[in-house]
Amino acid sequence: MSDCHSTSVPLESVIIRERMPLLALAGQPNVGKSTLFNLLTGLNQHVGNWPGKTVERREGSFGFDGQEYGIVDLPGTYSLTANSPEEIITREFILREHPDVVIAIVNAATLERSLYLVAELISLSTPLAIILNMMDVAKQEGISIEPAVLEAAIGVPVIPMTATRAVGMQDFYRVIQEILENNHALTPRLPEIRADHRVTLDEILHLIQGYVPPPYPEDWIALKLLEGDAEITRMMQSVLPIENWESTYNLLRQHDDALLAIASGRYEWIGRMVRAAVVQPKIGQISVTKQLDRWAVHPFWGLVILAGILGLVFWLTFTIGSPMQGWLGAQVVGGLTSIANQLLASAPFWIRSLVVNGLLGGVGAVITFLPIMVIFFAVFGILEDLGYMARAAFVMDNCMHLMGLHGKSFLPLFLGFGCNVPSIMGTRVIDSKPARFLTILIAPLVPCTARMAVVAFLAPAFFGSKALFVSWGLVLLSMITLVLSGTLLNKIIFKGQRSAFIMEMPLYHLPNGRTIGLLIWQRSLSFLKKAGTNILAMALVIWALSVLPNGDLNQSYLVQFGKWVEPIGRWMGMDWRLTVALITSFPAKENAVATLGVLFGSSPTAGLAQTLTSTFSTASALSFLVVTMLFIPCMATVAVIRQETNSWGWTLLNIALFLVISIAAGAGVYHLALAVGL
Amino acid sequence: MNHTDAISLTELLVDNQATIIAFHIGTVETTRLASLGFTPGAEVSMSQNYGRGPLIVTVRGTRVALGRVEATKIFVERRLA
Repeated sequence: MSDCHSTSVPLESVIIRERMPLLALAGQPNVGKSTLFNLLTGLNQHVGNWPGKTVERREGSFGFDGQEYGIVDLPGTYSLTANSPEEIITREFILREHPDVVIAIVNAATLERSLYLVAELISLSTPLAIILNMMDVAKQEGISIEPAVLEAAIGVPVIPMTATRAVGMQDFYRVIQEILENNHALTPRLPEIRADHRVTLDEILHLIQGYVPPPYPEDWIALKLLEGDAEITRMMQSVLPIENWESTYNLLRQHDDALLAIASGRYEWIGRMVRAAVVQPKIGQISVTKQLDRWAVHPFWGLVILAGILGLVFWLTFTIGSPMQGWLGAQVVGGLTSIANQLLASAPFWIRSLVVNGLLGGVGAVITFLPIMVIFFAVFGILEDLGYMARAAFVMDNCMHLMGLHGKSFLPLFLGFGCNVPSIMGTRVIDSKPARFLTILIAPLVPCTARMAVVAFLAPAFFGSKALFVSWGLVLLSMITLVLSGTLLNKIIFKGQRSAFIMEMPLYHLPNGRTIGLLIWQRSLSFLKKAGTNILAMALVIWALSVLPNGDLNQSYLVQFGKWVEPIGRWMGMDWRLTVALITSFPAKENAVATLGVLFGSSPTAGLAQTLTSTFSTASALSFLVVTMLFIPCMATVAVIRQETNSWGWTLLNIALFLVISIAAGAGVYHLALAVGL
Repeated sequence: MNHTDAISLTELLVDNQATIIAFHIGTVETTRLASLGFTPGAEVSMSQNYGRGPLIVTVRGTRVALGRVEATKIFVERRLA
C-alpha cells in the first residue's frame, strides 16, 4: 500500500552496488516482510514507486560488523506467475538486477503454503536464504518446527526468527555473511516435474532453445509457458519463428492441465521438505485465530464489530483529535500569528497580510489536521498488522455484492477513510478490471480524513452539541450514495459483471509497535510535505486572488469568480464565499476552511467558527457540509485515478459524476432543510 | 475411511473434511487457488459455512475466504472418519 505523496525514486537503484552487497526480501503477503525490513533499516529507507508501476518500492540499508548492506523489499506475492504487477516486479528484479542474496521469508505458522513461493524462487539461480518468521505465532497455534531439519532437507540456509521481537537477528547476520563469503556448503534440492510433463517440458525447451531473450533462463521460460503465464506466452509469441510458436502453442493446448500438475509437484516437494521438520497440533486443539474468528467473521456479530471499530475511529477523532487540533491551532498557529504581527508591525500592510493571512492561514490549517491524520494512520496500521482487515472484507462481502463487487473491494474503500489516494492505489488487490474500475469510480465517495476534518471543524461551529450526530449522518449519507452509485454504475456500465473472491485470512498476531510507528511517521511526513508545497501554494494563490488587483477583497478576482458561479451555488443555498471555499477545496479538501479563514479575514481557529455561525443559516451550513462530502475528489486523487485507470475518459467521467452527485445532493438537502424549517 | 461422490465445496458442512478433486474456473483463478494451496488431492476442512455468503475453508494450514460462486466451482469428495 502506498501513501499520499511518496517521492518518486529514480529508475536505477539508489543503492550503489560497488560498495555494498544487495539483498532482496521476497515473501508472500502476511509473513512479516515489512516488519523485518523496518527492523533492519529503521529510518534508513526510501519509499517510492517501481518505475512505471504504482506498486510501492521500498529500499534501504543497514550495517553489521563494519559492512554496509543494501536491501530491497520486493512486493508480497503468492507465486511468480504473472497475475499482477507485484509478481512481475519480483521476478524481473531477481532476474535482471541479480541481487547477491534473495531472502525468502516464510510464515512458520502457515509453512506449507508459504513455502510455495520458495519452491519457485529456488529454481532461479540466485543464492537463497530462508527466514522462518513468526515462530511465536506458530507456537501459539501449537505447531513446532525444527529449523535444522528443514535446512538439511531443502539444502538452503534456514534462519528461525520472530521479527516482531527482533529474535534471530544474530543468526541472520551470520548466515548472510556466510553466503556472501561462499561458506555455505549446501546444495539446494529443486522441485521435480512429474514424468509425463517432463517430456512435454523437454519438447518446449527444444522449440524455444536459442530464442529466449536475456536475462531469462530457458528452462524457467519453458516452465512458465507450461504454467500458462500470460506475460511469458506473449513475449515468446513475439520472439519465436512462426513454426516454432505454432508447435509450442499446440503442445501447450494439449497440456492445459499442466498448471495444476506443476503446482501439485511443488506441494509434493514441500511435503517432503516439511515432513520430518514439522509437528502439527493435536487434532481438536482450537487455535487462537479460530476462536477470534467465531466472532470477527460471524454474519451478524462480524458486522457489529466492524461498526464498533469504525465508531471507535470517529470517537477517537472527536475526543482526542479535535481538542488537539484546537490546541495546535490556538497555541502554535495563534502564537506564530501574534509574533508575526509584532515583528511586522512596521512593515507594509500587504506583507503582513501575506504572512498572516496567506502563509500562516494555509500552514495553520494543515498543521492542525495532523492529529486526526495520525489517529487514522495508527488505527489502520494496527488493524492491518493485527490481521483484521481481511475479516472486514469478509463480513462486507454480502453488502458489496449489491454493487456487483466482492469483499476485496471493501479493503481499498475502507482505506479511503484515511485518504482517497492510497484507497485508489489499493484497488490493485482486486483481480478483475471491471470490478477494479468500478471501485475506483466510487472510492472518492468514502469521506477521507481531510473532509472529516473540515466536518470536525464546521459541524461543532454550526450544530454545537449535535455535531457528532450530524457527522454520523454525513458519513451515512456518503455511504448510501456510494452503494446507490455503485449499484447503478454496475448495471449501466459494467452490465452486472462479477469477479472471483479468493482471499487469505491471515492468522491474528499482536501488532508490532515499530512497524506501526514507522508507518505513522512516513505517512505523516509525506502529508506534511504535501502541506509544505501543494496546499501552501494554493493558500498563497487564494490569498493573491483575494487581494489583487487593488487590495480590496470585495473587488478581488476571487470574489469576481465566486460571484460568476454563484448562481449554481444558490441552488444549494451557498453564497459566493461558500462557493469559492468549495472550489478551492479541489487542490486539497482542507482548503475549504483555510479559504473561509482568508475570506473572513480571521485565522481558522480564532473566531472563524463564531463568524460562520452568525453569517449562514443552518440549511446553508448543512448543504455546504453535504456538498463538501460529495464534491469532486481532490487534485491528488484525480491524478491517481488518471494514473491507475490510464485513461482520461474514466477520469473525466469520475469528475462529471461527482459534480452531478454533489450539486444534486446539496440542492436536495438545502430545500429539504428549508422545508422542515431549519 | 469411506468416500462418497463428488460434491461442490459449498455443500461441505463446518468441521467436515474433504479431498479436492477438480475445479472448473479460469486460468487466473486457478493459478491463484493453486498458490494458496488448492490442488487436486489436497485436503480441505470447512471452517465457516452459514449456507449463504462467503465461506472459509482451511487448506494446508491456511484459512482462505472464498466467494460462494467460486466455491460452487470447486469439487470435493467428502472424507468420513
